[in-house]
Amino acid sequence: MTDYRDIILTYKDLPGGLIEAYHALQREFNYIPEDAIEVAAGVFDIPKSQAYGVATFYSYFQVGKRGKYIIRMCESAPCHVAGADEILKTLESCLGIKAGETTADGKFTLELTECVGQCQATPVITINSKPYGDLYPEKITSILSECK
Amino acid sequence: MAEEMRILMRNYGKIDPLNIDDYINAGGYKGLEKARGMTQKDLIAEVQKSGLRGRGGAGFNAGMKWGFSCNAAADQKYVVCNADEGEPGTYKDRLIMENDPQSVLEGMAVCGYAIGSNQGYIYCRGEYPYVVDKLNTAIEQAKAKGVLGDFNIEVRMGAGAYVCGEESALIESIEGHRGEPRFKPPFPPVIGLWGKPTIVNNVETFANIPVILEKGADWYAGLGSISYPGTKLMTLTGDIVNRTFIEVPTDTTIREVIFEFGGGIPDGKKFKAVQIGGTSGGFIPESLLDTLIDFDSMAAIGAALGSGAVFVMDETRDIVDVTNRITKFFEHESCGKCSPCREGTKRMHELLQQINHGLGTAADLDLLSRLGTVMSKACLCGLGQAAPSPVLTTLQHFKSEYTNKLQ
Repeated sequence: MTDYRDIILTYKDLPGGLIEAYHALQREFNYIPEDAIEVAAGVFDIPKSQAYGVATFYSYFQVGKRGKYIIRMCESAPCHVAGADEILKTLESCLGIKAGETTADGKFTLELTECVGQCQATPVITINSKPYGDLYPEKITSILSECK
Repeated sequence: MAEEMRILMRNYGKIDPLNIDDYINAGGYKGLEKARGMTQKDLIAEVQKSGLRGRGGAGFNAGMKWGFSCNAAADQKYVVCNADEGEPGTYKDRLIMENDPQSVLEGMAVCGYAIGSNQGYIYCRGEYPYVVDKLNTAIEQAKAKGVLGDFNIEVRMGAGAYVCGEESALIESIEGHRGEPRFKPPFPPVIGLWGKPTIVNNVETFANIPVILEKGADWYAGLGSISYPGTKLMTLTGDIVNRTFIEVPTDTTIREVIFEFGGGIPDGKKFKAVQIGGTSGGFIPESLLDTLIDFDSMAAIGAALGSGAVFVMDETRDIVDVTNRITKFFEHESCGKCSPCREGTKRMHELLQQINHGLGTAADLDLLSRLGTVMSKACLCGLGQAAPSPVLTTLQHFKSEYTNKLQ
């Protein structure tokens, strides 16, 4: 709990700092621990419901544990027509999980996302926010093997 | 062959974006210097005279907007740069921020001087942490050089909510709240961030400012279309040979964008449709390709220039399937504040899914049309109002694709 408080306190005096605090938590843990929301509510002196409401409004925030590598598959229209479905199937079969799930070893989480703004190279995925573009199924294996 | 006109992207590939000296040596910060030699009133008149209209999609005259904030009496005012680029198929703001970040800072500082604000925020989407790093470096360099004077700029990160591209939702998000749009009026130029007069302009709008001041309003007003002068940065995606960005004067036709700049459709296939302005834009058939890309010409054909995304579909594409995908996007991105959007986007996706799976009836098509028309009028913000546009325009121009899929 102390860890959470230290991180959150950095943003206490920043106007509108709650969202920045959540970003900082997510940079540290890869997700927002549920307990941290309660701490944030205390630090920013807002109801827990409000702190929770903000955390769950934004799709970039994830409340609750995620894997070490967060793979997000863009499914917006330009990626959709460029073969996003095929890439998603490849990812699901390589990782043995469905979108929205985390591998048993806690290494990978697979998520769907809307446009990540790298449309010069559709279809696109991001791994921990880093974009990988111009994908085809064979390329997925080599990208995944880079994730140690 | 029509030629690109690189005004916004004049420094692209020519300067090191993370070296402010490069920007200054290329004439950077001369616009701000000039602005500070003018009265606020003259400066706003100059921007207004240039005819520059907001590049985020709403197309409001930038100088006129600044005038509202300038005239509002307040102890604090804010300048906000909308860098929450979330329209699928769009990456123009990223290009500007990555390749010429100082031009955005300079534009914001000019606005700050014009309205009497010493505090700016750049609200950059959460998907671009690498852009945030670059912006912070650029801001540090500008501060070290002292070019911004007493104007301070902070970067705030969005967190994956498309609705935050709407200016009042964006303001809510900077304040640390859920990004739900506010009721209007009052409008942000009068009552905005923390209740203070606030100018929210798009990245591309701010990036246009330095060059307008440097070369003059008359010069700018003479470029492109009369009612929407200047250039537009466009990003070409989908079934197009050159999947790249272009900057063209606003009196360019859609046909030129796709077939000259874009190199046409790959693999010898035929053109079927183009959706311009992002996922909320209308679908445009072959017969309307000679329309100019400027704001008013696009509006006249029931489409939109929007963010300038150009998503091309060839003859093999299934329009109903793509539209179904788009309705899923809006169902996901609706913030839930107003019921016409919250319920409407959900039902619209349900109907599209049904039709796409061959289970729809002719009555469903009528229902879709009615639902879309109601949403475009009854929804609280631009998200819900524009969400039906892909559905309504595909029903209008590609109805046979729907009827072929009915039960």
